Amino acid sequence: MDVTNLSPLWLSFKTAGIATIIVFITGIILARFIARNAFPGKSILEAIFMLPLVLPPTVVGFGLLYLFGKNGFLGKLLMNSFDFQVVFTWYAVIISAVVVSFPLMYQSAAAAFQQYDSNIENAAYTMGASKWRVFWTISFPLAWPGLLAGLVLSFARALGEFGATLMLAGYIPNVTDTIPLAIYFAVESGNMELATFWVVIIVTLGFTAILWLNWWSKRNMMRYTDRRR
Amino acid sequence: MLKVDIQKALSHFEIDVSFKVENKIVVLFGASGSGKTTILNCISGIDKPDKGKILLNNETLFEEKKIFIPIQHRKIGHLFQDYALFPHMTVWKNIAYGMKTEKLAKDLMTELSISHLKDQYPHAISGGEKQRVAIARALATEPKLLLLDEPFSALDDDTRTKSQKELLRLHELWQIPIIMVTHSHAEAKKLGDEILYVKEGKLQDNKIEKNPPIYQ
Repeated sequence: MDVTNLSPLWLSFKTAGIATIIVFITGIILARFIARNAFPGKSILEAIFMLPLVLPPTVVGFGLLYLFGKNGFLGKLLMNSFDFQVVFTWYAVIISAVVVSFPLMYQSAAAAFQQYDSNIENAAYTMGASKWRVFWTISFPLAWPGLLAGLVLSFARALGEFGATLMLAGYIPNVTDTIPLAIYFAVESGNMELATFWVVIIVTLGFTAILWLNWWSKRNMMRYTDRRR
Repeated sequence: MLKVDIQKALSHFEIDVSFKVENKIVVLFGASGSGKTTILNCISGIDKPDKGKILLNNETLFEEKKIFIPIQHRKIGHLFQDYALFPHMTVWKNIAYGMKTEKLAKDLMTELSISHLKDQYPHAISGGEKQRVAIARALATEPKLLLLDEPFSALDDDTRTKSQKELLRLHELWQIPIIMVTHSHAEAKKLGDEILYVKEGKLQDNKIEKNPPIYQ
């Protein structure tokens, strides 16, 4: 088998990695501000956040195309301000990956921050600790198992994104050809060997990620629980 | 001295209390769900009253629509019902988290005989030990007021009696106002210099019952 072009592997990792970092940070910030506060319109906002999880990726891609396309609101804005077009670039791959993986991170982070007793944070505040200190010394470490689960799931989802990517980024060899796209177009052109190669790689990656996550969470989720009660 | 005069609407009733605490142990006594914990939370700044005023040693901590000193600047020690120890930190890290000086923290650990537990994690120590760690942690910040929310409810009878004696001793030593919440009548009588009966958020005719503290 001749696999001379490994660019899908590199591109997939690069875009999924960047998307995961973006989603990790925004997911945590939004989960922190929204999940714990009550305000009008909260349920609607949370439903919008979760929407990409249940919609067909083509619908997400359609929506993104609508926003970032030549006549789209953001597309026009970027074109006029920076003379920059998102569609058919590897930035489009990142945007698609961010949108489809965000719900997984948001959900994990919101659950992670609710998993421990909020009086643990209050106790730290009564001892004079600032919000920043409480977040880094108390909230983040206590939520970490859940946050890491969200991180791994988001990365796996970003790595596997196909529908929205194809709609927004298209299939341009060496530019937007992530592994899932490479598989589809290899099959379409009858190159089953190449398709098999990428399938084996992505299955291995996904399987390893899930296996490691299960092992890790079993080991760590129960770390601080009271064994004497 | 602490002066509290606050109102706060809850789902089933309104909290409307007014009382003063000098360097004594004041017990808020009442059934579960009578609003005792919310009163404590309003004093420490975890909850915000709707109306009224809270003064501690002539500093206004809360005044309706004008002043709300955030929790971290109130210098009030708050002991939670389940102690809320930081589960991912050792006993020493817990106590050192907000300590004024290392010497004070170490003295407190000796005083409460928990020095030998300093490298243990909270999940590995007993209920009574947890409570003493929580008290040491709160006192290490040199609070001007100590709030205790059902501090003895999770302890067995022997440990409870011991801890109660210890509280009286610590109060002698520290001479700061202490507000303790309990639903046990015996405990209220045993520990309180003053007892305030709370029912559905209101003090019952401000009845004050004085007891000679048991150590005298």
